[in-house]
Amino acid sequence: MGAIYRREMNAFFISGVAYVFLTVFFLLSGIFFFNGVVGAGTTETSSMFGSMFIIVLFLIPILTMRLLSEEKKNRTDQGLLTAPVGLWSIVLGKYFAALTLFVIAESIVFVYSIILAYLGNVIWSTLLGNYFAMLFLGAAFIAVGLFVSSLTENQMASAIASMLALFVLYLFDSFANNVSSEIIKKLMASVSFYSRYVEFTQGVFNLSSIVFFLSTAFLFNFFTVRVLDKRRWG
Amino acid sequence: MIEVKNLTKRYGDKQAVNNISFKVEKGEILGFLGPNGAGKSTTMNMLTGYISSTSGQILINGVDILEDPKKAKSYIGYLPEIPPLYADMTVDSYLGFMYDLKKCKLPRKAHLKEVCDLCKISAVRGRIIRNLSKGYKQRVGLAQALINNPPVLILDEPTVGLDPNQIIEIRTLIKKLGKNHTVILSSHILPEIQAVCDKIIIINKGVVAADGTADEIAKNITNEHKMTLRIEGTTHTANDKQEIVDALKKIEGVKYVRADMERERGIYDYDVEAHENVDIRRAVNNLCREKGWNILMLQLSNLTLEDIFLKITMGDIVPGRDKADIVEKPAPKIELSVKDGELVANADDASDNNGGDK
Repeated sequence: MGAIYRREMNAFFISGVAYVFLTVFFLLSGIFFFNGVVGAGTTETSSMFGSMFIIVLFLIPILTMRLLSEEKKNRTDQGLLTAPVGLWSIVLGKYFAALTLFVIAESIVFVYSIILAYLGNVIWSTLLGNYFAMLFLGAAFIAVGLFVSSLTENQMASAIASMLALFVLYLFDSFANNVSSEIIKKLMASVSFYSRYVEFTQGVFNLSSIVFFLSTAFLFNFFTVRVLDKRRWG
Repeated sequence: MIEVKNLTKRYGDKQAVNNISFKVEKGEILGFLGPNGAGKSTTMNMLTGYISSTSGQILINGVDILEDPKKAKSYIGYLPEIPPLYADMTVDSYLGFMYDLKKCKLPRKAHLKEVCDLCKISAVRGRIIRNLSKGYKQRVGLAQALINNPPVLILDEPTVGLDPNQIIEIRTLIKKLGKNHTVILSSHILPEIQAVCDKIIIINKGVVAADGTADEIAKNITNEHKMTLRIEGTTHTANDKQEIVDALKKIEGVKYVRADMERERGIYDYDVEAHENVDIRRAVNNLCREKGWNILMLQLSNLTLEDIFLKITMGDIVPGRDKADIVEKPAPKIELSVKDGELVANADDASDNNGGDK
């Protein structure tokens, strides 16, 4: 797993994906920070985090699009799958590489908090709560993106399909409002990424939501392993 | 070292590999020979655990590839048809990655240097793989397979796309490696297999059509006494040809006579096949003396591996099984040409009566 993790980290920077991802992330979050926090004359960061949901949604597919689809296209997967490593090591190596880059991006909020500390009192509990909420959200989204990337050889298709998948997950709330059946409504609300995430930004630290994000991450990594395994049996 | 039992791979209705069994001992070089699409790569992908088999068993060093894939894979160095290279890495960082991936315990610097020296890529270690020539890429692929010094090397068409010098270099390297590794290599290039391999398996349409050493295979398939004659007639016209063919046919023990091309002005070659254990050379000589013809050439045709290959792959003959078939069937008309050191064959009649998978 270590070897794959290190190679992916290098590949992010060699291919330039890391720079694009970090630049766009820093730029957009900076705008939200300036408008929503500094401009509004508050040290309350929740609105910034609320807006960042949508950036995460569109940026994570950029991060994950090539992880497995490129391997398949260039036939480098033959090298990985015939090496003495398990499928989980391959998938998790890639997964944690993407997650690491996401954490680097997300940690920009600590720079913002230093700026805030000059201007006023930072409410650290909400800031940290939000930071971890976003971390867990990213952990789940990356797993979804990695899974989509395992399904296709085409990077663009991979990116667009995972954006779509994440967007549909995001829209679950609005769908749920239009469903008449109470049970289905409840079910859809319970798998809503957005409402769970927003809960955090409002200062509610809900353990069940953390479990939800982590189990989503696990589930999609498991699916990815299954896809790789199934291809061998095709 | 490698044992394959009744290996079968099915894709839906298509039998890609059908009931293949073979054994390779330590220090042997086995050649897989077959036309494109015969199932060579599929077999190799199964041997290395890249794809699974539909049924059958593969033992690498006594370890079943499906039961303990990690252990079995650790014995194998694999160079697939398309080397699995990351184009944006340097040769050094790529080999370092493969070193880590294979959890190699050998001293890092010394081992990588040794592998690079062996494959003659030491000069390009700092370069980005994307910018390397095809030959260098192939060698980097080979170097990658050699990392961790695996006892088994599986090389899928290792010389494809290389120039003649590089081909010779790689062949020499494979021979060298064959001394202390078990090597399986595939190719559709006959001289290559003949030059490098101890043992040959000819595979056609997913089944083993012949196996053994080149000599053994030849022995199995050539029971006929065949020769090529070049006879100069008296008139140097096409009439000669007919007369000679008729006369040759009358010799006792002759089974089959065919006039071949005009090799010299008005002089033709004749393929003559006699029954087994009948020596007709003297009778031919006598005949020519009587008629006043001159024998300009008499060549006993030992079948080369190329002939065997063509016979097997074009005629759908499995040697040893349907000998009667071999006798009855006229030799398929095949146009041979040599292109880039590769033998290209076109059958005249496409009467492929395998009932099949077209």
